[in-house]
Amino acid sequence: MVERAHVLICSGSNCVSRGANSLRDEFETHLTKLGIREEIKLVNTGCVGLCEQGPFVIVYPEGVFYAQIKNKDIETICNEHLYKGRIVEKLVFDEAITEEKEIKQFTEIGFYKKQTKIALRNCGLINPDDIEEYIARDGYRALGKALLEMSRDEVVEEMIASGLRGRGGGGFPTGVKWRFAMANESDQKFIICNADEGDPGAFMDRALLEGDPHSVLEGLMIGGYAIGANKGYIYVRIEYPNAIEKLKVAIAQAKEYGLLGKNIFGSGFDFDIEIRLGAGAFVCGEETALIASIEGGRGMSRNKPPFPAAKGLWGKPTIINNVETLANIPAVIFSGAETFNKIGTEKSKGTKVFSLGGNIVNAGLVEVPMGTTLREVIYEIGGGIPNGKELKAVQTGGPSGGAIPTSLLDLQIEYETLIEAGSMMGSGGMVVIDEDNCMVDICRFYLDFTVEESCGKCTPCREGTKKMLELLDIISSGEGTLEDLDRLENLAKMVKNSSLCGLGQAAPNPILSMLDKFRPEFEAHVVDKRCPGGVCKSLIHLEITDKCIGCTKCAKQCPVDCISGSIKQLHSIDTSACIKCGVCKNICPVDAIISV
Amino acid sequence: MKSLDDLKKIREAAQHKVIMRGGTLDSIKILVGMGTCGINAGARPIMTKFVEELAKRNLITVTVAPIDCTGNCDNTPIVKVVIDKKETTYGNVTEKMIAKIIKEHVEGGKPVQDYVLGNKK
Repeated sequence: MVERAHVLICSGSNCVSRGANSLRDEFETHLTKLGIREEIKLVNTGCVGLCEQGPFVIVYPEGVFYAQIKNKDIETICNEHLYKGRIVEKLVFDEAITEEKEIKQFTEIGFYKKQTKIALRNCGLINPDDIEEYIARDGYRALGKALLEMSRDEVVEEMIASGLRGRGGGGFPTGVKWRFAMANESDQKFIICNADEGDPGAFMDRALLEGDPHSVLEGLMIGGYAIGANKGYIYVRIEYPNAIEKLKVAIAQAKEYGLLGKNIFGSGFDFDIEIRLGAGAFVCGEETALIASIEGGRGMSRNKPPFPAAKGLWGKPTIINNVETLANIPAVIFSGAETFNKIGTEKSKGTKVFSLGGNIVNAGLVEVPMGTTLREVIYEIGGGIPNGKELKAVQTGGPSGGAIPTSLLDLQIEYETLIEAGSMMGSGGMVVIDEDNCMVDICRFYLDFTVEESCGKCTPCREGTKKMLELLDIISSGEGTLEDLDRLENLAKMVKNSSLCGLGQAAPNPILSMLDKFRPEFEAHVVDKRCPGGVCKSLIHLEITDKCIGCTKCAKQCPVDCISGSIKQLHSIDTSACIKCGVCKNICPVDAIISV
Repeated sequence: MKSLDDLKKIREAAQHKVIMRGGTLDSIKILVGMGTCGINAGARPIMTKFVEELAKRNLITVTVAPIDCTGNCDNTPIVKVVIDKKETTYGNVTEKMIAKIIKEHVEGGKPVQDYVLGNKK
């Protein structure tokens, strides 16, 4: 029978890590017990975005947004809401219900109000394993339009007119790149989806692959048609097993429905897609290293020119597009460039998906029109900084980006403005940093990463990143001097100017940006031997203030037994024995322990 | 998939899978009182029958949901039809009444006065 209610269980990786996978079984059990299993459609859907409040269960037709759901809540939802029609108010996300207990629409919830979902249009609304749901929401209409109603030239021109720029970080106009590949004559061409998403903390592409894989397939096919490629590859990092599964299911279904294979839509266009897996190398997100990997070689970058559009995979003209870029393409072709380029700013059209993380109340996935300010993202969408802390900086672009100080919070998010501010768009990672962080330490974190990930081919990156990390270690330890800051800056500039590929060219960005915008903090480390953020272990000691209530929790947890004190008495830390692990600080129920 | 028409057929046939999601549906709502009084009076088969009849007529934008006891415990099963926020409450609903309610009120826009709660038959 036709179901009267749909229960959507968010199954993005964040919710899964919080136990979402067991929720479906609970629903099966209780609905069957109540004898109403056939009336309810259970759907495992993609990332809903408000990850900090998951796991989510959304019930239609009412549109009730249940948040932080545990296994034991399911029986109540089934008995009360699904059987008797009584919405379980205490389980509804507090912003999704009014004082008068009326259900609010998504668009009225603070987190979603200012978002515009284009790339994420289907995430959280469909079952990614059912191609018919994708088709029901206008899926593959763009492909049909392109193949049957547009010439290859027209498709390319439409992409150029839309103003869509690469969402992987480069920001190169997609249509222009396609035009190069289209113009190059060859017996064979390729189009590749870069699903290697390597920036720590970034999961925009993961959410798209898990939540709406067909949008990526459709984008790849439209691109293939435009440039004249009949073979597409999706290069996925192996650390995304769920995404790989979803892609496999989607590709199999597309083949079954004749949307992949020979003579699609009777147009004469053939297309096939193959998945290739990464093996844990950040550098393989760089297009020439990615190509080397698909060819079976070690992931190492190559000189450009020649660019892949001229000579790429196996020497053939190749286009590499990011997952989010591809997800936008069907929307552009279906609604038209004129509709798409109404959103955003003059030079940056459309929207951008960000993974908002760090010290922020509403950590998760957001999609906003270009031109939205950082202030709007952090305070109106993100809900501000938790625990009443002060904002210190916003880091964008992952290990290739820089930190933006609070003075620039009203900056409109666009490719160019972020570069002017000393950072970059990158793939969409946005880390919010509060006053209890140290900018030197954050640089060390990113350089630690890039040192490990450097492929080693060119000397500036291989040796330079290592040396920059060593200098940061010295500065952080309190043994550094002002000359070391100058050495660090000069080295950073040299590595940036002479590295072979984007990894090395961008690795110094956090350092250059933070030396520029947060120099006093670096100087405090070398001149005053002080860490203002209270992080660098050699420069701080932990102290128990008189807020202490003598609960003895810290003393019990201390791994080196250096805290003394009797019950209900002020405790104290023996600084000479303390290893600065911070366990006591985290566990204190009254925040009595501080870094000094 | 040989043509855009093939795609259209699948799209239309699959609408019922997605149409009630996302809060964009400007639906006609059929709400069936499902308090204990309602269940005792047979509200569950009534709800099931509404779902079947709507499916037969392919009225996929009409949603059916249970609601809590409305206080009209003497006149159960209670069914509320909500169109554009205007509510009409039917009392003592039987399976035989369903086809008429759907035809005249849901499709035709005119409440079946004889069935409305409080109106004499």
